[in-house]
Amino acid sequence: MAGYHPPGPSGAPGTIGKRLESKEGKQNRMIEFFKEPNIDWMGKAKYFYALSAILLLIGWFSIWQKGGLYYGIDFKGGTNVDVRFAKAPTVDELRKSLTVQGLGGAEIQAVSDSGLPGQASNEVLIFVEQKGSDDQAIDSSKARVLSALNAIYGVSDTGKADFNLAPLNSLAAILNQKDPLNLGTSAGDRYTLLAKKLLDYRDKVASGLGLVTDLSELSRVDGSTPAVVSVVKDNFSVGPFTIRNTEIVGPKVGAELKWQAIWVTLFALAGMLVYIAFRFEWVFGAAAVLAVFHDVLITLGFFSLLHFEISLTVIAALLTLVGYSMNDTIVIFDRIRENRRLLRKEDFAVLVNKSINQTLSRTILTSGLTFLTVLVLFLMGGQVLRAFSFALVVGIVVGTYSSFGIAAPLVVFWHHWRDKSEAAGSGSQPARKPA
Amino acid sequence: MNPNLKWKAVFIVFVILFSIYLLIGWPTFPTSVAQIKDNFNHQIKLGLDLQGGTHLIIQVQVQDAIAQETDQMVDRLNKQLRDKSIPFEEIRRVDDTHILVRNIDSTQSAAFRDFITQQYGNYWDASSATGEPSGYMLTLRQSAIASIQESTMNQSKETIERRINQLGLTEPIVQFHGRKDNEILIQLPGEGDPLRAKKIIQVGGQLELRLVHPGGPFTSQAEALAPTSGILPPGAELMPGKNELRSTPGAVPATELWYIVDRAPIVTGKDLRTAQETHSNPNNPGQWQVNFTLSQEAAKRFGPFTEQNIGHQLAIVLEHKIESAPNINGKIEDQGMIEGNFSQESAHDLALVLRAGALPADIKYLEQRTVGPSLGQDSIRHGVQASILSLVVVMLFMVFYYRLSGANAVLALILNLLLLLAALSLFGATLTLPGIAGVILTIGMGVDSNVLVFERVREELRNGKSAAASVDAGFDKAFLTIIDTHVTTVVSAFFLFWFGTGPIKGFAVTLTVGLIANVFTAIFVSKTIFQYHLSKMERQAELSI
Repeated sequence: MAGYHPPGPSGAPGTIGKRLESKEGKQNRMIEFFKEPNIDWMGKAKYFYALSAILLLIGWFSIWQKGGLYYGIDFKGGTNVDVRFAKAPTVDELRKSLTVQGLGGAEIQAVSDSGLPGQASNEVLIFVEQKGSDDQAIDSSKARVLSALNAIYGVSDTGKADFNLAPLNSLAAILNQKDPLNLGTSAGDRYTLLAKKLLDYRDKVASGLGLVTDLSELSRVDGSTPAVVSVVKDNFSVGPFTIRNTEIVGPKVGAELKWQAIWVTLFALAGMLVYIAFRFEWVFGAAAVLAVFHDVLITLGFFSLLHFEISLTVIAALLTLVGYSMNDTIVIFDRIRENRRLLRKEDFAVLVNKSINQTLSRTILTSGLTFLTVLVLFLMGGQVLRAFSFALVVGIVVGTYSSFGIAAPLVVFWHHWRDKSEAAGSGSQPARKPA
Repeated sequence: MNPNLKWKAVFIVFVILFSIYLLIGWPTFPTSVAQIKDNFNHQIKLGLDLQGGTHLIIQVQVQDAIAQETDQMVDRLNKQLRDKSIPFEEIRRVDDTHILVRNIDSTQSAAFRDFITQQYGNYWDASSATGEPSGYMLTLRQSAIASIQESTMNQSKETIERRINQLGLTEPIVQFHGRKDNEILIQLPGEGDPLRAKKIIQVGGQLELRLVHPGGPFTSQAEALAPTSGILPPGAELMPGKNELRSTPGAVPATELWYIVDRAPIVTGKDLRTAQETHSNPNNPGQWQVNFTLSQEAAKRFGPFTEQNIGHQLAIVLEHKIESAPNINGKIEDQGMIEGNFSQESAHDLALVLRAGALPADIKYLEQRTVGPSLGQDSIRHGVQASILSLVVVMLFMVFYYRLSGANAVLALILNLLLLLAALSLFGATLTLPGIAGVILTIGMGVDSNVLVFERVREELRNGKSAAASVDAGFDKAFLTIIDTHVTTVVSAFFLFWFGTGPIKGFAVTLTVGLIANVFTAIFVSKTIFQYHLSKMERQAELSI
């Protein structure tokens, strides 16, 4: 086969490329970050293990010290209210008012649009835990939070509802009743459409996004006349806050979900173990699963360290991470399997090193690219996805190095241990099992 | 050009056009930019977290329905044993699924057993009661319990669906949920007021008509129990009611009154055929009432019942509170009315609720989430921005690192996303915020396939193969690895789909569809583009990779 040269013995960088330049094609000025890497990965394995040990220790010490993982409302149960203010609120005042309602223990957390810390914010998350499983109405906490908010920030105009809190049907009902466009009694639908337009303006266009500071702004809405605006002004006042999101989860539900999440993760891991054991050897499967397990544990540790909340979407991120980390590991195992077929006589550790080196370019590139995409998501994806993207940001980094730093060394170690014990038993070099 | 290649190209172009059509050509063929936007918005269904709305999970108290069956059985037995002249001392409800019949006359034992087996054999099982000579313990069969559970759940779901539909929302969702068989998930896109939704779902939840024991109403529970020395008479229950005085609104709020009523209702919401609000008093337009009609079968019970109890009060119970307790002045067969301090709106709402059938059992709220539309809008904005930026970053890098082949990868990636969106629209899948994250992950993981191939091709080129041979070898060798890596992620996604609700399901679906599309674009499409490029290239020329 003209032009085919098997990969040379380790320690001969660059010669292959040069020799080829005179052969077929003038290949090639490829931009390469990793030209013929030749790193002794198995030798360096101990550093990776040390790093992992440190990360695990720090992470789980934090978890132990804080009394467990920081579960979000999905698992703890309780009430979460996301409030946006026209002007940044004073947390102290807010807490005082909440205490009056018996919610002094509520957690108040500022919401920031970007992932960078230290940004002033007009939005807060108020979390009230629900103790016990008594039968009180599931939304009693929410009602109390609203009362607390109204107590300090509520509008003083008596009788007028708050436009910033008004739902569609009550706005439509008022318009219908007052009939500013003189449409007669059967114009229900048109007023509903108009009300929807007014509310869309409030929620999607107005600078406060959900908040209108002056009802006169409503004249900008397509379909509104001065009569309409004055009807709205007569019947609504403008409050300084709006509720963007509420979540209420009963306490029993939370505990159930936690167990489901654990089971699902274990099942997924088992499924993958079976798949890999089937495609490769079982020891590869075990090593891969252990590495992935290690990734999840470290990620959880980081969550505790940086006080990120574990919600259902975070579990989704963790499961994705499991799949992703498997990917990486599989790519390396694939190469190991291929090389075993080609280089039967090679010492296993050397073979594994070679396999990792050959796939290093791809590994770093892909992880790098995926990492960039989730980093973008973390910084720009908004508050709702922040914990989710954080799990992936940490997970991708850890998942990548765990493939060559944790899983591969495990396989090598097991092979050497097996070979040693077989050699000790039979006194000769055993035949190697093809992959 | 190689004819094979031509067919491949045609196929790819066809797929592209079809996907674009799916996204913007439906339901009406667009003739303007605005129409395109409309179609697109119509095709991509947004989840609650992106369009705003309310999400509720309720638990149907099936146990109540079972208890009700037992109560009604006691009632029926009372009547029917009397009719059949089978003397007995007492029929007593022991718990939700057991009835004790005491002291059946020994000559009638066989008749009693036969009667039970014939009439109720499939529901109830009669056996001798321990410790009760000539007594029987009736036990509700397991199969009957399961059947009651199933019909309760089905009826609850239908009733809730009908009631929700009255809210006039687009595409609400009502479905069974969870693994415990008694939960229902309700999703109301666009409904920003959960209180209103809950009211519609639950108000009038349980309509019952029950006989009031004489002596009431009482002003406190203690007073009510005084005549029987603090013990409830058998088969009776204490219930709160409203002050009957028609006070003007704004006056002193109604105080609670207590009644002793029969435990077993004579008529329940299930027996209701229709309900309509009407003016109570033609001279007072502000006063309304609700007229209702019962089914013929219920009327057959109701007629004799009212006839036998003329002069007694009949409690009209809504949600375990007595709305009113008018006197039974004569025999009522199938028409009745509910009076109270009803305004037009509340009478209308009540009639609506009664008409939509009745909930056969109480419901309890387990979860309630409301996303405001402004947050939904924010989420869309963030999601789209992040997607575009990550796409740009990846594209720039690929072109920089792999040059023309990078462009190849970019084309494949764009087609990948196009296919992903088209597939979502074809299956009517919902796009959620985590779903958008799934799109971003597809971008990152999808480009992995290209990297795998390209690195392999580079390796083959380094080893001295020709451009064409390297491309072939690259794709060949990378194929299995690509499949392997995608399979593991899809397995994860499968578990997520199975375990998660709403947003997470959306994520699982988007990721899975994206990766499946990726196999097509990164292998088939990318290779075709290479082959086309190679066919235009000179044999010895350099491959731009």
